[in-house]
Amino acid sequence: MKYILLMAAPKAGFDTYRAWSEKDVQAHFAVLKDINKELSESGEFVATEGLAWPEQAKVVRAGKDGAPITDGMFPEAKEFLAGYWIVDVDSPERAYEVAARISGAPGPGGVPLSMPIEVRQIMTGKPDELP
Amino acid sequence: MTDEVLDATSEHLLRELAPQVLGTVIRRFHDFAAAEDAVQEALVAAATQWPREGVPDNPRGWLIQVAARRMTDFLRSEGARRRREAEAVIQSSYLAPSADLEHELDQDDTLTLVFMCCHPSLTPSSAVALTLRAVGGLTTAEIAKACLVPEATMAQRISRAKNTIKASGVPFRLPTSQERTQRLRAVLHVLYLIFNEGYTSSGGPHLQRLELSREAIRLTRCVHILLPEDGEVAGLLALMLLTDARRLARTGPDGELIPLTKQDRTLWDQAEISEGVALLTAALSNGSIGLYQLQAAIAAVHDEAVRAEDTDWPQILALYELLKRISDNPMVILNHAIAAAMVHGPSKGLELLITLDSDTRIANHHRLDAVRAHLLEMAGDHQAAITHYRIAASRTTSIPERNYLITQAARLNESAPSPRTN
Repeated sequence: MKYILLMAAPKAGFDTYRAWSEKDVQAHFAVLKDINKELSESGEFVATEGLAWPEQAKVVRAGKDGAPITDGMFPEAKEFLAGYWIVDVDSPERAYEVAARISGAPGPGGVPLSMPIEVRQIMTGKPDELP
Repeated sequence: MTDEVLDATSEHLLRELAPQVLGTVIRRFHDFAAAEDAVQEALVAAATQWPREGVPDNPRGWLIQVAARRMTDFLRSEGARRRREAEAVIQSSYLAPSADLEHELDQDDTLTLVFMCCHPSLTPSSAVALTLRAVGGLTTAEIAKACLVPEATMAQRISRAKNTIKASGVPFRLPTSQERTQRLRAVLHVLYLIFNEGYTSSGGPHLQRLELSREAIRLTRCVHILLPEDGEVAGLLALMLLTDARRLARTGPDGELIPLTKQDRTLWDQAEISEGVALLTAALSNGSIGLYQLQAAIAAVHDEAVRAEDTDWPQILALYELLKRISDNPMVILNHAIAAAMVHGPSKGLELLITLDSDTRIANHHRLDAVRAHLLEMAGDHQAAITHYRIAASRTTSIPERNYLITQAARLNESAPSPRTN
């Protein structure tokens, strides 16, 4: 079963992250790299991507003529998607375990960030025989 | 590179020979992981050389010889200690060329290989991958595509499965008679998982998954040929055929689900139905009974009804009564409730569902809500049916099924007298 693990960060998080020490940044990415390596070796990895920062984000809607109307990211939004992982695992518990590992990646001073990771199942289930 | 490719007959031949060759090489060299690599290399060599040079007179012997040569190279490169072992093996087998190996070949090798790949020490997804690769002879890329994961991920999964087998020290031999029932159950379960993985919506990007159903049928047929007396192997093969027979009728042009009662039964594959019924009849006449045979028998009753209203529901109900006696699977209780509703009316079915509300294995499963909605609709309680169709829609992980359930709720809502639910 496939799950997507969504890492969202508060707006403030993106701002403070820019001020992390080099050591903290390296420690953070070393852990994420380890997790990716582990997922590859366990045969559970499907995909992962990091997203460009919210400053560059646009919200797009279709105008009356169907043409795109773009707007900047709304400043009142509290959280922004920072990246995601897609894993193919044997149980939901395993998806939660991976999410907890990501959540526990260290922040400033090596303290775990404990970022909330939203775990959502991907619709790859098989339909049942219908009566 | 050459433009020449294997013709379909040769490709089929390679797939048939792959597990036989692998089984023989493992038995001789005692190293599953290395033997698997060596046989894959032999298959690649065949795929490139045969179109140019023609299929050899003895294709199996050819493959064994090439694989054995690869094994020898591998063992020679393994260092001094391993080299001495290798020499011993080479003395006893390789230097007396392929005839020696080949004469020892018997069908037990394939069967032993199936038991090894479906070993209970593997997770279901690993066992599925390894079986498709080692027994089915599919390439890693093909398996990855069918399972919708990256090829590198599938390669890792297969490699880990091989290492798990190696680490668990599973000997390459047929299970003893005591182990056999349990081990065979694991084999049948893996084959069923492969079938189920492929038996899904035939729309768009999922098209290639149908190949997995065909592969599962092919592999189960192969196990049935090796174990013709086993009623459950025959039962599983019959179940697959009787289910697969309805595949074309099961989904509409846009992949939407069509329930059994609304299917165009002229689309059902009569050849598959006949074969399934014949297999099942032969198995049941041996006096054996089991989970797969009973499920196949239920599928056969459905398949034999020319129109939905001709379905022999009392017979299906009786079969579910038997199934309930040998299985505590809540899905069996659920399906039993449907059959009871069709025979004795919806209130009987709804009454039987109540016990499942306290069964943690199924209480929050969408299927319970979907069946309850269906029975409530039969009973004329449309408001409650709408509620349960919607709960089921929010719980399923299948997109075609979610669309179907939402459509059912919408249909009832639009035909309902006021007050309307929104």
